[in-house]
Amino acid sequence: MATGGASPGWRGFLPREAFDTLLRALEAAGYECIGPRVEDGAILYRGLSAGSDLPQGVEEAQAPGHYRLQHTDTPRCFAWAVGPQAIKPHLFTPREALWETERDADGRLTFRPVEPGPRPLAIIGVRACDLAALALQDQHFLRAGNADPYYAHRREGLFLVAVNCTHPAATCFCVSTGDGPQAGDDCDLALDELDEGYAVRAASSKGETIVQQLPLQALTEAQQAQIGREREAARSAQQRTMPAGNLRDHLFNAWEHPRWAQVAERCLSCGNCTSVCPTCFCHQQVDVPTLDGGNATHYREWDSCFTQNHSYIHGITLRPDTRSRYRQWLTHKLGSWHDQYGRSGCVGCGRCITWCPVGIDITEEVSALLAEAGK
Amino acid sequence: MHETTAKPKVAVHKFSSCDGCQLAFLDMGEDLLTLSAMVDIVHFAEAGMLDADATVDVAFVEGSLNTRHDLKRIQAIRRNSRFLVTIGACATAGGLQALRNFTDADAWHSAVYATPEYLDSLATASPIKSAVHVDLELWGCPVNTRQVTGAVRALLSGVTPAVEQDKVCMECKRQQAVCVMVAKGTPCMGPVTRTGCGALCPRFERGCYACYGPAENPNTDSLSHWFEGLGLLPEQLREQYHGITSQTEPFTAAGNRYRK
Ligand code: SF4
Ligand code: SF4
Ligand code: SF4
Ligand code: SF4
Repeated sequence: MATGGASPGWRGFLPREAFDTLLRALEAAGYECIGPRVEDGAILYRGLSAGSDLPQGVEEAQAPGHYRLQHTDTPRCFAWAVGPQAIKPHLFTPREALWETERDADGRLTFRPVEPGPRPLAIIGVRACDLAALALQDQHFLRAGNADPYYAHRREGLFLVAVNCTHPAATCFCVSTGDGPQAGDDCDLALDELDEGYAVRAASSKGETIVQQLPLQALTEAQQAQIGREREAARSAQQRTMPAGNLRDHLFNAWEHPRWAQVAERCLSCGNCTSVCPTCFCHQQVDVPTLDGGNATHYREWDSCFTQNHSYIHGITLRPDTRSRYRQWLTHKLGSWHDQYGRSGCVGCGRCITWCPVGIDITEEVSALLAEAGK
Repeated sequence: MHETTAKPKVAVHKFSSCDGCQLAFLDMGEDLLTLSAMVDIVHFAEAGMLDADATVDVAFVEGSLNTRHDLKRIQAIRRNSRFLVTIGACATAGGLQALRNFTDADAWHSAVYATPEYLDSLATASPIKSAVHVDLELWGCPVNTRQVTGAVRALLSGVTPAVEQDKVCMECKRQQAVCVMVAKGTPCMGPVTRTGCGALCPRFERGCYACYGPAENPNTDSLSHWFEGLGLLPEQLREQYHGITSQTEPFTAAGNRYRK
């Protein structure tokens, strides 16, 4: 995937002061622009109207169960890795109405879909790991012949501006999963940030149309060399790794491993890891009737393999304890995903490590499970 | 589902409480008219209907048990009701007034009241389920209209009301709130607390106060351990569990571990 070895294909250099031309071009093409902004102590994707909205000088410290922003004097706006969410909530929304039911005077029911309107959305500053996760969500929600219309509608209107990582967090391990830190072609534009601005690459025809409207300058050889050095530094800065290859057999062979009970002593079974994971897609559906029982709205909302309901069928909870829930998560994500989607469900973004309230580290759990497998 | 001859009879009873949970009915807006068309509200003192001894299909009970008179009254309500539904933190888990269970209540009585001998309170404040069988618990401080409406609708349809028992964290993430524990080091009870409030406090950058009591499968040991790492002193740690919903397990025991 995006290893940085391929020809970069830059189209030119966009000076920092000209960043707004990108926003204006996207707006003129009908997109609402969102991008990274500092809110509630984190970097969140919010409405972006000018380059001055970006988190200039903001870096972050991430560790298991720990996330803090730091203000530095770097002129850069993308000197951080990933916040709690990126693309997922904009396509697979945390909660949405799917249909409404109406009962007429004779008791007959009418079902009406709640059609999502088209909403062309440009997300600026997505990372390579999030693009890899998006490709997985696409596989799941856009399965041929059985596409989810709600997801599909929003996916179609999406414009993605990737920014290659120069400051991976201590929790990132995309190099070991092969998903970063440089974006491939699963986006529309890809930027490399330098102190004075951005090297710009078009990765799609939609991106090409936008690039043609930007006041690009020539990218100097010195700038290209600098980008090359920073790309390499971003790769070697990563501190964590996930073992390569298909771990399915290893993990299922470790079904009775004592480590599952040990991690269950710490795990809160809270579902934060699955909620922040950009590839997790589990949901539940709930009906909310009006008080008179005449009408109802049917919602879909994020669920998690860490809830009791997730494994409840006909009076039985298949996974009543945390041990079986954590095991379900890991054996599915890193094991049976290979059968379902042809690869692991982990893209190495490290979110589940950072946003676990008690700092459980997926890479540490996997290495413990594999090191003493079968013991 | 649609009422035929006799409408179901409903009562709303109050014990020791702030009355806030009853507002979940009064705040229904137009639904309050719908409700009064569908059921007969025979007793609801705050709304003006008075018939405390009526036999009813559903009794909603707010408040905790604090006097010998309370104990007699709850037995009578149980006998007179087909379904008994407790509403709010006081009724389900003791509420704020149960803070006295961890203090020398007699000393407080003498300090606060001029003639404490007029008081006839029990040694502790207790949830309703400590005295009678409860059919359904609606947790929260206070409960909200959405919960009450949902329960009434389900009971009228003759189905078991859906039990909300996931952790607050699930809703916190759906609401896209930034985790206060991870991003600020603020202690938060969300990972052991039952959902229902819409993750209200984390959305306003506060830790969860555990208003809705314990979620299913709560791991208080692990959370306490993490709180210790955040620098909480034993007394602060105890207060996390012995706040609004102290009279329910595992919160009682989790707090007691840090009692002097
Ligand atoms: S499992 Fe963890 S590191 Fe892997 S993609 Fe999900 S959140 Fe990221
Ligand atoms: S996992 Fe890789 S692509 Fe994702 S933020 Fe970290 S360095 Fe960037
Ligand atoms: S691993 Fe962490 S985030 Fe995931 S359920 Fe357990 S405690 Fe929650
Ligand atoms: S703020 Fe509290 S409720 Fe929200 S995710 Fe963090 S621990 Fe859970």
